[in-house]
Amino acid sequence: MKAFLCAMIALVVIAFGANQILLNSGFSAQDTTASPSNVRLHD
Amino acid sequence: MLRLFAAFLLICSLMAPALAQEAAPNPRAETGGAQTLEDIMRRQSAQQVDETFRSSVTGDPDAAAPTTAPLGTRGGQSDPDLWRALRYDTADVRTQTRGPAAKTLIQDGGMWWLRFREGPLLTYGAALLGITLVLLALFYLIRGRIRIDGEKTGRTITRFTSVERFGHWLLASSFLILGVTGLISLFGRKVLIPAFGHDAFSTVAIATKWIHNNISWAFMLALVIIFVFWIVHNLPDKTDLKWLAQGGGIFGGGHPPAKKFNAGQKLIFWSTIVLGTSISVSGIALLFPFEFNLFGATFSTLNDWGVPGWVGQDALPHPLAPQEEMQYSQLWHAIASFVLLSIILAHIYIGSVGMEGAFDAMGSGEVEEQWAREHHSLWVDEVKNAEKNQSRET
Ligand code: HEM
Repeated sequence: MKAFLCAMIALVVIAFGANQILLNSGFSAQDTTASPSNVRLHD
Repeated sequence: MLRLFAAFLLICSLMAPALAQEAAPNPRAETGGAQTLEDIMRRQSAQQVDETFRSSVTGDPDAAAPTTAPLGTRGGQSDPDLWRALRYDTADVRTQTRGPAAKTLIQDGGMWWLRFREGPLLTYGAALLGITLVLLALFYLIRGRIRIDGEKTGRTITRFTSVERFGHWLLASSFLILGVTGLISLFGRKVLIPAFGHDAFSTVAIATKWIHNNISWAFMLALVIIFVFWIVHNLPDKTDLKWLAQGGGIFGGGHPPAKKFNAGQKLIFWSTIVLGTSISVSGIALLFPFEFNLFGATFSTLNDWGVPGWVGQDALPHPLAPQEEMQYSQLWHAIASFVLLSIILAHIYIGSVGMEGAFDAMGSGEVEEQWAREHHSLWVDEVKNAEKNQSRET
């Protein structure tokens, strides 16, 4: 039971940790199909 | 005379190609070289059409009149020439968009992928999981729960340490969550949106995408943990052949000897490792679009080895457009996941309701000695011997 609970906690910690790393990595999947920075959409 | 005859033969042989050319007139003369009704019919009946008659007609800038001359075209290409070049991906495209796939403006292969993804992939995938569940239910009805045959001893043996159980449960929970969220994404447009509407599915899709993307790392970590801890017990050996020959003793009773893992479990282990790794790699390719091009290189290597010919197939497509790389990653990711899911459903069954005493191995880590003797007799001997040796040493 303890091993299972530890696994649950690890699962949540890894998921949020990974998300933070991805957000801060500077990689954006959206940028691979759109480059809004190269187009002036507003004045 | 002989010399004259030789000269005649020579002239004939030189003329042969010219005659042959006359014998096979241009099949598209009627349309002035454009595609014919026959081409269209062939394509519609999914037959091969050699596209070079139009893919190669993309203008010839070298031979073109300069733009300043009367009738000079832009770069020596007419509009149809340019569109053909775009369609067959030979145009020199420059764009403001810096994305890797921005230069492929027309991609024919996308239609095939889209149809396959919303058709056969969903139907056969769902059928595979459905049939697995039905077979397991039938197995339960016919064979029932596999009981511990002998008298229980009340003694237990440690089967898995807490680290091993931690790795297993991290793997199991992440895999099941990934399976459910993955299926929701796959069946979204075709099944869930028609059933629940766009608004409801939008909320679900945003959540499942977040969960699926971020939980994948726990799965990969767990895969490494179980690989490291269990590989020594999963190398094939002679006992596996005997075990398989007796069908694991599932029907007809009897318990073929087995070490820590029997041949069936080794198959589960290696399926998990091989398919799990493959799903992870293709998943990473999907998570970072266009960064990892796995399939073009693989296809080209397989073609070099002549693998498609072994099964009577044409060479695999190569080179691939960036979008095609993503499409193949998606298909591979989904197909391997369906297969592993179906294998794991059987595993979950036998590890829980299917067999008395099995769950304890992953629950508490301690198994009933009689259970161990029946299912893993050689392993019990090993453990007992090790214990004896240890007590002798001390
Ligand atoms: C959530 C339901 C699950 C249950 C109840 C369960 C149960 C078990 C049990 C009891 C064992 C130990 C068998 C023994 O003592 O010999 C085991 C082993 C194992 N499990 Fe699971 N498991 C589950 C999910 C999973 C998943 C999702 C995966 C992989 C993605 C997985 C992969 C493995 C592997 C590779 C082994 C070692 C080989 C084997 O015993 O077949 N399990 N599991």
